[in-house]
Amino acid sequence: MASYNTSDFRKGLKVQIDGDPFLMFECNFVKPGKGQAFYKCKLRNLIRGTVLDRTYKSGESLEAADVEEIDAQYLYRQGNTFVFMDNENYEQYELSVEQVDDAWQYLKEGLNCAMVLFNGQPLSLTPPNHIVLRVEYCEPGAKGNTATNVTKPVKFENGAEFNCPSFVEIGQLIKIDTRTAEYIERVKE
Amino acid sequence: MGDFRPTASWDNLRLRAGLLRKTREFFHRHGLLEVETPLLSADTVVDRHLDPFHVTAESSGQELWLQTSPEFCMKRMLADGARAIYQITRAFRQDELGPLHNPEFTIVEWYRVGDGPDEAMQLLADLCQTLLDCGPVQRISYAEAFERHVGLNPHTADTEMLVRTVEQHAIQRPSSLSVDDRDGWLDLLLVELVEPHLGNTAPVIVYDYPASQAALARIRPDEPPVAERFELYVAGIELANGYHELVDPAELERRNAQSNQQRLADGKRPLPEQSRLIAAMQSGLPSAAGVALGFDRLVMLAAGATRLDAVIAFPQDRA
Repeated sequence: MASYNTSDFRKGLKVQIDGDPFLMFECNFVKPGKGQAFYKCKLRNLIRGTVLDRTYKSGESLEAADVEEIDAQYLYRQGNTFVFMDNENYEQYELSVEQVDDAWQYLKEGLNCAMVLFNGQPLSLTPPNHIVLRVEYCEPGAKGNTATNVTKPVKFENGAEFNCPSFVEIGQLIKIDTRTAEYIERVKE
Repeated sequence: MGDFRPTASWDNLRLRAGLLRKTREFFHRHGLLEVETPLLSADTVVDRHLDPFHVTAESSGQELWLQTSPEFCMKRMLADGARAIYQITRAFRQDELGPLHNPEFTIVEWYRVGDGPDEAMQLLADLCQTLLDCGPVQRISYAEAFERHVGLNPHTADTEMLVRTVEQHAIQRPSSLSVDDRDGWLDLLLVELVEPHLGNTAPVIVYDYPASQAALARIRPDEPPVAERFELYVAGIELANGYHELVDPAELERRNAQSNQQRLADGKRPLPEQSRLIAAMQSGLPSAAGVALGFDRLVMLAAGATRLDAVIAFPQDRA
């Protein structure tokens, strides 16, 4: 397994500590002129999201984490399993409901997502910032009302529900921001 | 490549040029002679925590070292009769890279025969006031600084006590820092608890270091013995390091051997223990004091910047 020596330490390094992958998002080199060098690092656990403060002294090393980001297409859902395919080598990956988490609301067959693999296994999934879904059902809106601040719950083709302005109608295509889970605009066919 | 431009602004590069001129004027006014010594040398300082770059000549296989400071050659000049000399040059230290470190940096180094610690600290304070346009420079001993900011005596506290203090302050401890490495624990306490307070209201010189951290300074046989070494701090940043110079060649050989043992234990390559400096000391090095100052950091402070790349045109990642 590859490893990084303290002299390789820098922001953005992906390392493995106690079996978990971490992103080094801060690394501060401190050294009294005639003394011991220290590396004060902050690391984010890529699975749990927790932050670790660690100080290393020169000469220490950390195992490299085998972390890679791929472009994966959502194929289908089978019970509690979401199936994706690596667009480059057609390798299929299965993610659990827990792994997909809130992102399920944006998934629609054929959607391309960024997937992070750790030791070849899916770790996390990020949908594109904007997605387009078709409205499956909503209460009819008042005719002529173009205000966007009056909203109603709208159910989409993939089972997700988002609040949309009251003028949105069944069958329309709607653009959603996946970072905020908010309505952006109607899209033409 | 889009990163061909300097990282430093031209305002800061002009400030830098002005400070170089002022530095030369200061030393000229004080009667020090400007000298030049090799960057590439067969000799190198043997220090546990300094890693020189080495360069091998392809044709002859001769191994040379990029100097971590010009001290060896400048002391050889003292042994040959120089009385007061200074130099503005480059120094190189492997792996020292961060907001306040660049592996290649500009060092100002000077020596004056006959100076003891007091005179040397005074000259350093005068230079600091001239270049930074600041008020009087204070002095505090290493022991006082630790007593004030850590609450212990760094000369008498045992290592167990240092480790306990690190834990009490919830300081992250490197797992490989050995419980026998007393100086390593002192360094950790220094960078975490002491340095951030040094030189915030006025520049301060810390003096009388633990004898175990003497490097090439003389040890004064007090109780406990202390190294006649001092460091200038401004705004929590270490700017200069000075010694009442060690002149005893046998003691230098002993320290070189000890540093190499520590380097081996740290998994580093040992460095050549014999040098022309030892020959110079054997022929007689006059009593003198010497100081080295990190010029890039000084310019950074004068510019009100917080990173060296604001004042170095091409730091390592663009060099």
